[in-house]
Amino acid sequence: MEKLKLIEAGFVKNDLPDFRYGDTITVHTRVVEGDKERIQLYTGVVISRRGSGMSETMTVRKISHGVGVERIFPMHSPSIAKIEVTKQGKARRAKLFYLRKRTGKAAMKVKELEAKPAAPAEN
Amino acid sequence: MSAILGKKLGMTSIYDAKGKAIPCTVIEAGPCFVSQVKTVEKDGYAAYQFCFDEKKEERTAKPQQGHFKKAGVKPAYKVKEFYVQEVGLDLKPGDALKADVFKEGDLVDVVGISKGKGFAGVVKRHHFGGGSRTHGQSDRLRAPGSMGGSSHPSRSFKGLRMAGRMGSDQVTAKNLKVVKVLADSNLIVVKGAVPGKKNAYLEISTAKG
Repeated sequence: MEKLKLIEAGFVKNDLPDFRYGDTITVHTRVVEGDKERIQLYTGVVISRRGSGMSETMTVRKISHGVGVERIFPMHSPSIAKIEVTKQGKARRAKLFYLRKRTGKAAMKVKELEAKPAAPAEN
Repeated sequence: MSAILGKKLGMTSIYDAKGKAIPCTVIEAGPCFVSQVKTVEKDGYAAYQFCFDEKKEERTAKPQQGHFKKAGVKPAYKVKEFYVQEVGLDLKPGDALKADVFKEGDLVDVVGISKGKGFAGVVKRHHFGGGSRTHGQSDRLRAPGSMGGSSHPSRSFKGLRMAGRMGSDQVTAKNLKVVKVLADSNLIVVKGAVPGKKNAYLEISTAKG
């Protein structure tokens, strides 16, 4: 296993921000058009993280023009320039696939979110 | 042309210059030593005997101990011959080969022993379609079907594909591209999968086309 790491070194990103399922993140993806490269933003809720090490992926869901969109990003892909955590969510399960069934404004996008640190638990 | 012995370490993925993920297998190849050189005059054919994966002397049988000692190499677990024209190098007993006999971009064939699947049915072993799930069928889902005719020919033909032991066969993965070579740590990374389980011995040689 140690020797596999030698191969992965240089590809594995150690500077990824700490985020969890339920968080809202903005992914800065590199898009190559012809010979030009630009950054495209993709903002959504992390509904799943799976895998480990080099092969870890995240599924980010958003509603675009009323249509649900999910993108699966390999976390260590060089085409991801940056990941920004915009909102921390609080979810009671690791896979938020139940969001897929929700429609409308309130039910869909709004997650169980709370000021995460030092929030007194009511209800 | 070159050849080397190695060990499968496992699979991972790396990214190419365009940012595309490449599935790849990491092979620990070498250091591999020449334990014998066979010649046409003496043995009837020209070949190099390579040995790989050092083992302790006390775990080696006495005759083998002598054999390795003659070549001036340490005893090893895996010993395998390659024809001289397959290797293409001029080697003497005791010479060492490292992973850098291959370079990035080379095409290689990798020979290994596939994972054993045990006693497997025809659907898994021979890709039979199995029976219908509906239309009044029962217990036919993975059944092999007919064994042949009736009174003529009154027998099943030889070679009829049936259930049985599967896997643990020698398998060659052909024309795999070498993605990366780390000479100091003796690692070769090839694109795609390679037969066998982790720590299985592999023979890596230049692709024969």
